Amino acid sequence: MKTKNLTLHVWRQRGPNDSGDFERYVAKDVNEHMSFLEMLDVVNEDLLENGDEPIAFDHDCREGICGMCGVVVNGYAHGPQERTTACQLHMRQIFELGWDELWIEPWRATSFPVIKDLAVDRGAFDRIIQAGGYISIRTGSARDANETPIPKDVSDAAMDAAECIGCGACVAACPNASASLFTAAKISHLGLLPQGQAERTDRVRKMVGQMDHEGFGSCTNHGECEKACPKGISIDWIARMNRDLLKAMTTSADDIEERD
Amino acid sequence: MANTELKSNEPTGPIEDRWRLHKQNSDLVAPHNRRKRTVIIVGSGLAGGAAAATMGELGYKVKCFCFQDSPRRAHSIAAQGGINAAKNYQNDGDSVYRLFYDTVKGGDFRSRESNVYRLAELSVNIIDQAVSQGVPFAREYGGLLANRSFGGALVSRTFYARGQTGQQLLLGAYSALARQIEAGTVEMFPRHSMQDLIVHEGKARGIVTRNLINGKVEAHIADVVILATGGYGNVFFLSTNAMGSNCTAIWQAHKRGAFFANPCYTQIHPTCIPRSGEYQSKLTLMSESLRNDGRVWVPRNKEDVTKDPKKIPEEDRYYYLEERYPKFGNLVPRDVASRNAMYVCDDGLGVGPELDGERRAVYLDFKSAIERLGEDTIRERYGNLFEMYERITGDDPYKTPMMIYPATHYTMGGLWVDYNLQSTIDGLFVGGEANFSDHGANRLGASALMQGLADGYFVLPFTVGDYLGRNRLKDQAPLEQDDKAVTDAVAGVEAKLKALANAPEPTHSPDYFHKKLGNIIWKYCGMARTAEGLKKAIEEIPKLREQFHREVKVTGDTDGFNQTLVKAARVADFLELGELMCIDALAREESCGGHFREEHVIDMEAKRDDEHFQHVAAWEHQGEPSAAALHKEPLEFEYVKPTQRSYK
Repeated sequence: MKTKNLTLHVWRQRGPNDSGDFERYVAKDVNEHMSFLEMLDVVNEDLLENGDEPIAFDHDCREGICGMCGVVVNGYAHGPQERTTACQLHMRQIFELGWDELWIEPWRATSFPVIKDLAVDRGAFDRIIQAGGYISIRTGSARDANETPIPKDVSDAAMDAAECIGCGACVAACPNASASLFTAAKISHLGLLPQGQAERTDRVRKMVGQMDHEGFGSCTNHGECEKACPKGISIDWIARMNRDLLKAMTTSADDIEERD
Repeated sequence: MANTELKSNEPTGPIEDRWRLHKQNSDLVAPHNRRKRTVIIVGSGLAGGAAAATMGELGYKVKCFCFQDSPRRAHSIAAQGGINAAKNYQNDGDSVYRLFYDTVKGGDFRSRESNVYRLAELSVNIIDQAVSQGVPFAREYGGLLANRSFGGALVSRTFYARGQTGQQLLLGAYSALARQIEAGTVEMFPRHSMQDLIVHEGKARGIVTRNLINGKVEAHIADVVILATGGYGNVFFLSTNAMGSNCTAIWQAHKRGAFFANPCYTQIHPTCIPRSGEYQSKLTLMSESLRNDGRVWVPRNKEDVTKDPKKIPEEDRYYYLEERYPKFGNLVPRDVASRNAMYVCDDGLGVGPELDGERRAVYLDFKSAIERLGEDTIRERYGNLFEMYERITGDDPYKTPMMIYPATHYTMGGLWVDYNLQSTIDGLFVGGEANFSDHGANRLGASALMQGLADGYFVLPFTVGDYLGRNRLKDQAPLEQDDKAVTDAVAGVEAKLKALANAPEPTHSPDYFHKKLGNIIWKYCGMARTAEGLKKAIEEIPKLREQFHREVKVTGDTDGFNQTLVKAARVADFLELGELMCIDALAREESCGGHFREEHVIDMEAKRDDEHFQHVAAWEHQGEPSAAALHKEPLEFEYVKPTQRSYK
């Protein structure tokens, strides 16, 4: 079992209005089988022991599905391993790269204000979903589930898009801090399915409208989002969203909905 | 009137008519009155999120709280394998009755028949609801829904969305919830943790929360409170639960008068990734669905435990589940699979790295499935699970067998509720894993999602509506923020948090104590329990608790974002609940399901004592966990006659 000492430069920021700065720490005897967050846990236990305040970071399930964790490690959202959340990143990956020094930062985007240290406010994502990321079906009014067959390839494609965990790595990785991948994934998931057709036009207008309103940047096809996405969501969905949006704008009198 | 006689309030008559007739006899609230009634829902997982969405849709004024940054992150999201439903789409002989039967038997005859039947009945509606929301369940090439098998059943009734069924169902409920937030019927409070229940004139009338961003302690007043805050598996420190999963809401409600039922019923899931070191923060589950195609084995000979598994010939492999349980084989229920893994490791046949002088892992091998079905089929079925395994362990399960070991996963115990899911406090309802109602002493796979959604979409909106219909606004005692019941509760929470942040001799972190507690519980109240061990635990836990309150160390601002303080408050509650768990386990002098007392064994299986223990043990708080008073709700089995559970 390999162990080693690492130098960490961790972003510390007391609150949204504090300017923040990097603080240097040494993580001692880091074990290759530790997860990245377990490494931070150990650093935090030391800080607490010395009477200092532990580093604040969001995390919950620690199995890569809840989407709550997320930090930038040496410039990579969720760290250097592809298709991996920060909680699933294991130190053996860092060791293999030969990295002895880690720069750890929060997601950086105007629309994701820092709450404290590495924790940010991703409420904007919730508001994008609230703008139209659903199929309006009242509880109890559904038809039999097998009444409408859905071709397997369509259903599989919808699932590909639906795998998004809403972590925000796409925004953090994008030079424009665009939320296009997140928004497009939900629009495509619902827009591919027969159940989602009735609201398809309206949905794309409202969700894109909200996305713009939240202050996210535009997509200029860098492709960084797809690379950083822990679930491998494809940027093809962004193209699909743009097609849907164009169609919605030409077939409907309204412009995209700007919201308060 | 508080329900201290434990009246189940279940309807009588033929079991298949009970829920329908009960709904017909329920009271309703007129649409124009619903918006005047405030419903507090704590938790935004499958039960809480679905209930909030549905009650919002009905027009109630809903306030929904979660500790995560978004309701989409509730731990329901991590359920992998699937959700059961008695659709019989496979034409393999499934029916509502059979699902009911399997669930009662799987629970080792320690659940309430009426509740379980209703659950089985509603299972079909859940699938319809989810599909219409756009949940992309797996489909066959003909476009119809696919199913897989799960432990404890002889039919294929599990619906799934790759290995992310919980995620997709939760996102379905979350989208329905988002629609109601947009419509203004639901007000969402993320990053809030419930710290106390407000009881006024015998009725649950609100909660006290701490805003996790600015530390503000606030009271929220309502007409009714629903807790859907999940299970208490993190009492073990290491479990498959999310790091934030906690028992505070149900424990505080318990201290306010809600009885806690069967706290000793915890489920140890057989297929988790083994522990790798001291720093381990949680254990990761590998879906039970893997047991459909994976074969569980250990070496027959002790000298092979360190050998490369690929080099161990077929005849030297001990497929212990297949040999001991020829009928169910690798698909025996979870408790049976877990215990057998423990036995073979106790016998020195465990594999994997040595930790604390033992090897605690068994192989889960896909070699023969890959030979039979091809790697592509296996990749399609379990690809994401295999990837996850490789990320965590660095081993490729397509090439080398997985290593697994049991870990705490689910708690069947929870707050006692009647058929309406109402606790012993009037106006306090409890849904999902937080209640005790449907799984008896052991939960079958793919039943947690089913129960969460049944409670949330279909049961609570009706039964809470009935409660509000019977407790009309004009008859309800007015309650304002300056009422003593409210200000006392707020002051109590503030004092409690202040004490935690200012312990007299601050020395150790909350995690230090949490790990110690976890070790005690795992050792004495884990997969196998003895009277002697439990008594030891009951002695040790209060001492640890006392040390915790003296020495817990919290740094940083208490009136801001402070994760150490949050942890300390959770650990304080686990330290009390853990003791009650052991007291309950000691009192239950039998083995049943997940509760396995080594003194009560028949042929290596759990030996129930129906004569003395065919009841729900519901504990009433009386100052200290050790002073809790036991109340019993007898269980009657009219349809499924209790037998010795056999999967051989």
